[in-house]
Amino acid sequence: MIKELTCICCPMGCALKAELDDKGQVISVSGNTCIRGENYARSELTAPVRTVTTTVLSKDEKPIPVKTKEPVPKEKIFEVVEDIKFQRIDLPVKMGDVVVKNAADTGIDIVATRSVD
Amino acid sequence: MNEYSLLIIGGGPAGMAAAVAAKKAGVDDLLILERDSVLGGILNQCIHNGFGLHTFKEELTGPEYAERYANMVKEQGIPFELDTMVLAVEKVQGSDKKAVTVISAKRGVQTLYAKAVILAMGCRERPRGALNIPGSRPQGVYTAGTAQKLVNLEGAKIGKEVVILGSGDIGLIMARRMTLEGAHVAAVAELMPYSSGLKRNIVQCLDDYGIPLLLSHTVVDIKGREKLEGVYIAKVDENNRPIEGTQEYYPCDTLLLSCGLIPENELTIGAGVEIDPRTNGASVSESLETSVEGVFSCGNVLHVHDLVDFVSEESARAGENAAKYIQSGIDRSSKTLAVNAGNGVRYTVPSRISLANLAPLNHIRFRVTGVYKNVSIVVSSGEKELLRKKSQILVPSEMVDLILKQDKLKDLDNDISVYIEEVGV
Repeated sequence: MIKELTCICCPMGCALKAELDDKGQVISVSGNTCIRGENYARSELTAPVRTVTTTVLSKDEKPIPVKTKEPVPKEKIFEVVEDIKFQRIDLPVKMGDVVVKNAADTGIDIVATRSVD
Repeated sequence: MNEYSLLIIGGGPAGMAAAVAAKKAGVDDLLILERDSVLGGILNQCIHNGFGLHTFKEELTGPEYAERYANMVKEQGIPFELDTMVLAVEKVQGSDKKAVTVISAKRGVQTLYAKAVILAMGCRERPRGALNIPGSRPQGVYTAGTAQKLVNLEGAKIGKEVVILGSGDIGLIMARRMTLEGAHVAAVAELMPYSSGLKRNIVQCLDDYGIPLLLSHTVVDIKGREKLEGVYIAKVDENNRPIEGTQEYYPCDTLLLSCGLIPENELTIGAGVEIDPRTNGASVSESLETSVEGVFSCGNVLHVHDLVDFVSEESARAGENAAKYIQSGIDRSSKTLAVNAGNGVRYTVPSRISLANLAPLNHIRFRVTGVYKNVSIVVSSGEKELLRKKSQILVPSEMVDLILKQDKLKDLDNDISVYIEEVGV
């Protein structure tokens, strides 16, 4: 079976074609211009992941931009957002500081993407 | 007191990169003027990732990219003034100085003087008034960037049922953002038969959340008196005119407009700088110098970029060239060739190249007029072909960056032309 997908590793947006066997395992990938495209197709067709970016409020209700330190499984995006929505963070924070540990039990921390005083 | 070698208008990614490069090139007497209360410009509200792959070789969010550059500005001791609005840039009669009139709480209204000025004011969104959408004027219609600012910087909640007109990147990013904030995005309608946003954003912001992208569709009516109640979306024909009988009603409380960006060039025009009608930005030379000597332009105020990485790279060149102008002057004795946009090319930056001022590597940036598959990009001068590059796909949403070596250009006699050659034609 052939599956077509668009690579999202960079703005090139390569049109990838992946050949899958009967068990859904990726046999080969074509259409990519770099190795990341092949890796993306393999992971996207088996265990898709995304970096989640959102905001979390400080104790005085200032929004702090944050991201997951590593990409999380795609189906966990809403759980991650839901988990950090009601947290209130102490200021100041520095860019890169962990503001929430182990979001939604993914094992992945949430870090601030901007220093806020 | 108010005399500088270099004034930089705008403290976003363009202004910061230009300042850092000018300082490195030896200009110590410079100042960044920024109207917002922080450095970073639009990046501060772009909390999503995807920035910096070229510049930092890693994927950063907008605020991270901005903070890295702001840290460079601070580490190098480059002065900047926030909450400072520039009112006018003018040539000073009988001198090579430029007068920059500013207003701020600290200064009041004052005129500063500089040998060189870098215009780095960025761009703004095309508003509803410029789109000719019929219907009433209820609350709930925002440009996508305004909504982004309200949600990401002010922590505001703006709506629960959303329709987006225009598939520009900010609109796509906001489709995902609103979804994560608990809203339902019913559809993104795009007038053109292709998206004006990057592919990765269509995959990550729409496909991931099952949000339909309606190509060749537009909003034909807006309903609601005080508050937005809904919009009618219709299919359009090949001339982008709505097709009778195809309209469908989408109840919604929020309509986001992501219908293009316009370089913000009021100051540029006031300074007497020649504008290129194709980019709505200044017409510039290989040195990114405008038609007014010593006034440079870079970033989104020059032409709207797809990636901030290219803004930084271009702006650093503007900073270096401004330094050269201040320190040793720019050679005006040599031949200047026009760079013309041929078949399939909407514009080129620069629009002219002066042969004495070539760098070892020279950039020509452009966007295509439509979607092209399996074509060649050709750069020629008279009969001479300077560059030929095959491309599988070219889309208007992605800027093309060509690099030409100095020895390819230095002996040319004829104007340069950039065009798309369609295979089999």
